[in-house]
Amino acid sequence: MSDTSKLGFYLLLAPILLWLVVLIILPHIGLFFVSISEKIGPREYETGFGNYATFFGEPLYWRTFARTAIMSVMATALTLILGFPIAYYIAKLTRGRTKTTLFLMCMIPFWVSELVRTFGWMILLRETGVISTTLQRLGVISGPVELLYNDTAIMVGLVYTSILFMVVPLVTTLDSLDDSLIEAGYDLGGTSTSIMREIVIPHAMPGIVSGCIVVFMLSLGNYLTPILLGGKDSLWFTGMIYTQFITRFNWELGSALGFLLLGLSSAVVFLGLKLSGQSLSETMGRT
Amino acid sequence: MPFSTLRGRTLTNAIPDLSCKDLTKDFDAFRAVDHVSFEVPQGSFFSILGPSGCGKTTLLRMIAGFQSASSGDLLIKGKSMIDVPPNKRPVSMVFQHLALFPTMNIGDNVGFGLRQRGVGRADITRRVGEVLERVGLPGVSARRIDQLSGGQKQRVAIARCMVLEPDVLLLDEPLGALDLKLREHMKVELKSLQAAFNTTFVYITHDQSEALVMSDNVAVMNHGRFEQIGAPHEVYHNPGTAFVAGFVGDANRIEAKVAAVNGSMLTLTSHAGTQMSVETGTADLAVGQSAQVFLRPEAIELSRSGEGFDSDQNVSRCTVNSVLFNGANSSVIVRDPQGNSLNAVMPQTGAFADLRPGDEIFTRWHPAKARCYLANEV
Repeated sequence: MSDTSKLGFYLLLAPILLWLVVLIILPHIGLFFVSISEKIGPREYETGFGNYATFFGEPLYWRTFARTAIMSVMATALTLILGFPIAYYIAKLTRGRTKTTLFLMCMIPFWVSELVRTFGWMILLRETGVISTTLQRLGVISGPVELLYNDTAIMVGLVYTSILFMVVPLVTTLDSLDDSLIEAGYDLGGTSTSIMREIVIPHAMPGIVSGCIVVFMLSLGNYLTPILLGGKDSLWFTGMIYTQFITRFNWELGSALGFLLLGLSSAVVFLGLKLSGQSLSETMGRT
Repeated sequence: MPFSTLRGRTLTNAIPDLSCKDLTKDFDAFRAVDHVSFEVPQGSFFSILGPSGCGKTTLLRMIAGFQSASSGDLLIKGKSMIDVPPNKRPVSMVFQHLALFPTMNIGDNVGFGLRQRGVGRADITRRVGEVLERVGLPGVSARRIDQLSGGQKQRVAIARCMVLEPDVLLLDEPLGALDLKLREHMKVELKSLQAAFNTTFVYITHDQSEALVMSDNVAVMNHGRFEQIGAPHEVYHNPGTAFVAGFVGDANRIEAKVAAVNGSMLTLTSHAGTQMSVETGTADLAVGQSAQVFLRPEAIELSRSGEGFDSDQNVSRCTVNSVLFNGANSSVIVRDPQGNSLNAVMPQTGAFADLRPGDEIFTRWHPAKARCYLANEV
């Protein structure tokens, strides 16, 4: 590389480096130091892992933590189950304009802010909402029914919020699957099921994994949906971190919880990659 | 290549492996395949030769079952296949780009069909090993697809089909993606593989040399119809229609008018004014009709002096326009006094090695060597 092209390379690299260092690495280092300082008196701190100990000592914390993790995994699985047929239909069974239209129709809801979309669900699900009223009018139920503020409502919201991030990488990978491979599968005596299992899914694996990673991260870090659709009783770990920082003004514990969440998401992604036999660069680099 | 073990089925019976009866395929207003009928006897190599867009791929896909026929019947070993889905038909297909499964290793690729049939694991391993050995690739089961060369992939694709022992193997221009040298090599290899497996091959191509070299029978297809079915030498030497004459092999095409008919001997005048006589087997041309004369470059004899050229042949005194040197396939383009140009094969005797553009040369061709067709046939 000549000196000028070297300079150009570093100039182009500068924004991303600045972004990484200033907005991600530095705050996390700061948070880490905050998380390992224990408050022993006004303006008096001591270094130690007391905040982490508090987390493990208080069942509410680690139960919420586990609940958040399990529900995020479930939301990811549901999104995959719902998103795969949609993506397969768009990528393999439609052509030309229909394909573009369908793809756009998946995107259009995302032009509206997440807050507004979540309120949309509230209008549908609440006691005086569309579904409850319609069911009463039809005579299916006698009194109003509250569909909001439970785990199902959270799950519906999470899947709805993140399905696009599953469909897009899946459509991309399925699009790259040559139709003649599917035909060859039939030609060699394969059934729809065996072709799906042996040809389509192995090919789509990078898309499945990258979609799952994104959806899992989004669900785990989601704040609005669990709060709005889950109500007061439905605890979500991000809500807990918010409470520590803003309501309780306990930055030390909040930071520790934040780090635990980071650890959790990294661990789950690592596990997912190991189980599916994919590598991070292979799955995320392709889409 | 270890093809010494010829264990194929040697029993030939009267029922052809593949038989199409008035097979037709319409796409909206467009008729892609138009009343095609043919039979392929067991163990033979049958090629369908035609330009792109002639319907040959549609025909092949109908045989494989990926496309349904609009009308007509399709029989394999005497059983109608019209309502049989592709995964239940006793045919296998080698796809144009081979369609090997990139997510599986070679062993799993070849074993795919056997797994679908529920064959036991040990049996699959044994049969996959055997078929890979027969195509000359022993011990490659554990390798990945991208570790093979183009020719090896070709053989794996054939092995993947042959392991299922299909009644008919369909090949969709599988040599198209290979470079010239390898293609020449694979032609010979495909033919010997076919002989070794003794399976019926149906091969489609737009490359006439592939069709002529490998086939027992060639069908020339154009606009959804079969123009002619016959052995390669028959199609080459006795083309049934003007299209076949022009498409199979090189030919000089001369537009002419019939000037006189004398039995099977026609006298024609080209548009430029050259007189020629052509002997036809079927004299269905009348005086005044427009005709197309097809003359193979190798039918034209060259001579510097013109001595010994008798007058019952078409002799003309030409000038060399250009010399196209291409090793054994060298040819020379000559122009007669009326301005018609002819492409003639350069004899490999060396006598014409010093031929230069502008030189004078005599051409001679026998009236029986040319083919003559009514002009509106094309």
